[in-house]
Amino acid sequence: MGKRTPLFETHAAGAKMVDFGGWDMPLHYGSQLEEHHQVRRDAGMFDVSHMTIVDLRGERVQDFLRYLVANNIDKLKLPGGALYTCMLNERGGVIDDLIVYFVEPRWYRLVVNAATRDKDLAWINQQAEPFGVEVRERDDLAMIAVQGPRAREKTHAALGEIVRAATALQKPFTFIVAGELFIARTGYTGEDGFEIILPAKQAASVWQKLAAAGVAPAGLGARDTLRLEAGMNLYGADMDEATTPLESWLAWTVAFEPASRDFIGRAALEAQPQQGLTAQFVGLVLLDKGVLRNHQVILHDGDEVGEITSGGFSPTLGRAIALARLCGEAQGPFQVDVRGKMLNVKVVKPPFVRNGKACVDVTA
Amino acid sequence: MSKTPAELKYTKSHEWLRREADGSVTVGITDHAQDLLGDMVFVELPEPGRALKAGQECAVVESVKAASDVYSPVAGEVIAVNETLSDSPELVNKAPYGEGWMMRIKPAHAADVDALFDADAYQAQIDSEAH
Repeated sequence: MGKRTPLFETHAAGAKMVDFGGWDMPLHYGSQLEEHHQVRRDAGMFDVSHMTIVDLRGERVQDFLRYLVANNIDKLKLPGGALYTCMLNERGGVIDDLIVYFVEPRWYRLVVNAATRDKDLAWINQQAEPFGVEVRERDDLAMIAVQGPRAREKTHAALGEIVRAATALQKPFTFIVAGELFIARTGYTGEDGFEIILPAKQAASVWQKLAAAGVAPAGLGARDTLRLEAGMNLYGADMDEATTPLESWLAWTVAFEPASRDFIGRAALEAQPQQGLTAQFVGLVLLDKGVLRNHQVILHDGDEVGEITSGGFSPTLGRAIALARLCGEAQGPFQVDVRGKMLNVKVVKPPFVRNGKACVDVTA
Repeated sequence: MSKTPAELKYTKSHEWLRREADGSVTVGITDHAQDLLGDMVFVELPEPGRALKAGQECAVVESVKAASDVYSPVAGEVIAVNETLSDSPELVNKAPYGEGWMMRIKPAHAADVDALFDADAYQAQIDSEAH
C-alpha cells in the first residue's frame, strides 16, 4: 500500500487509483479526456497533496536561497510573490524544479516534487546548515490545484469572502494568505487558477465545497496532458541530474545577473556553451496518425538525432505532441520511430496550448 | 465491474469474438481491457485480405496512457475492418462489444473458435488477475 493524501478516501469512491512515486493517487475519475477538456473550458481540481511543502526560516534565509537555487529570489521584491526555479548540483544538473514563495523576509516556502522528496530534503538540509536556516517539511498541509477559465469565480463561490483577495490577484505567481489558506495564482496546466495550500484536516471539506460549486475532480492523467500542452517540463522526464537547465529549455529560469551571485552549479553552467552546441530542446507535432511517447527516437535521413523526453496525445489539438531533445546541430525534416514505423513530425515552439487556445500550427 | 457477455468467446489476451451467421467471427477487445487502457486516441487496424496466424499481432490500440497490441484469436483471413474507429477511437471505450468492434476474420478452422474461453472462464481469469 502506498502513501495516502488526506483526500484518499474522497477519491477512492470514484477514481481509478494508481501508484505515483510511492503514493496512491487518482489517475482519472472516469475519463481522462473529459477531465482535460473540463479544465481547458471550465474548471477542474487536482489533489496535489503528494507534493512536498518545505518551510525555511531564519535570519539568513534570503542569503541561503540566493545560493541554493538558479533563479534569483531578489526578483521577488515583496512578500506575496512566487518564483519558478531549478535547484542544481555542482555540475549544473537539475536536482529538482520547484516554486519559491516569499512569505516574510525571514520565511520562505518551497514546493518540490513528490518523487524527489528524500533527496531534495537531504540536499536542502545539507546546504542550509552553514546558513543557520531551519528546514521544516509541512506534511501537516494538503494542496489542491483549481485550474481553468472559471477557476476564480468558482473558487470564490465555493469558499466565499475569505478568498476575495485571491480572486483579485492580478498577476500570475502571486499569492495571499487568507486565514489558514495559502492561495497562489500558480498551476501546471496553462490555464488561470490557484494552488491552495491548507491544513490537511480541512482538505476534504474544501474539496467538497469546490465540487458543489461545479469544480470537477481531475486526475494525474489529465494533469500530465495539460502540462504537456502547456509546454511545461516534467522533472525526471524532460530534465534530471544529467541535464542542465540550458539543455532543457529552462535557460529563462537561470539568473546569471548579478554576476556577483554565487549559486550552486553556476560555474558549470558558465563553462557550458550557451546556445545550440550541445542540445536543443524543442516541441514536436506528429503530422501522421499515431501517438508519440517518451523515449521514442528522432531521426533525420535515417540517422538518430534525438529523443522524445515527454510525448503524448493532445486532446485540445487532436493529435500527438512531444517535448524532445535534439543534438545541437540537427536540422529537419525529422521522423520519429513509432513502434518501427517512421512517422513525420514538425518542430514547433511550445507552448502548444495556452488559455484554451492552440498556439501552434499543426498543418504540414 | 466489467461486463462479460455470455454469448461471446474470449482470449487470455482480452480479445472477444462473436460467431456470425456466415461462419466469420467479429473481433474486438473486452470491456475489461478498455477499462485498463483508458481513453482511446488511436486505433490501427490490419488491411482486409491479410492472412493471420493465431496469436499474431493484428492491430494496435493507443490510449492516452499506452500503446497495446491486439492479437488474432484464431488463424484466418481479415475480411473487414471497422473504418469508423479511425475517426472515433472512443467507440472502443463506449461500446467495446458493439460499435467498437475492430475486425471480422474468416477462421481457417471453425473448431478453433470452440476451443477459446467462454464468458465464465474469461471472467475467472480477470478475477484472478485482480488478486
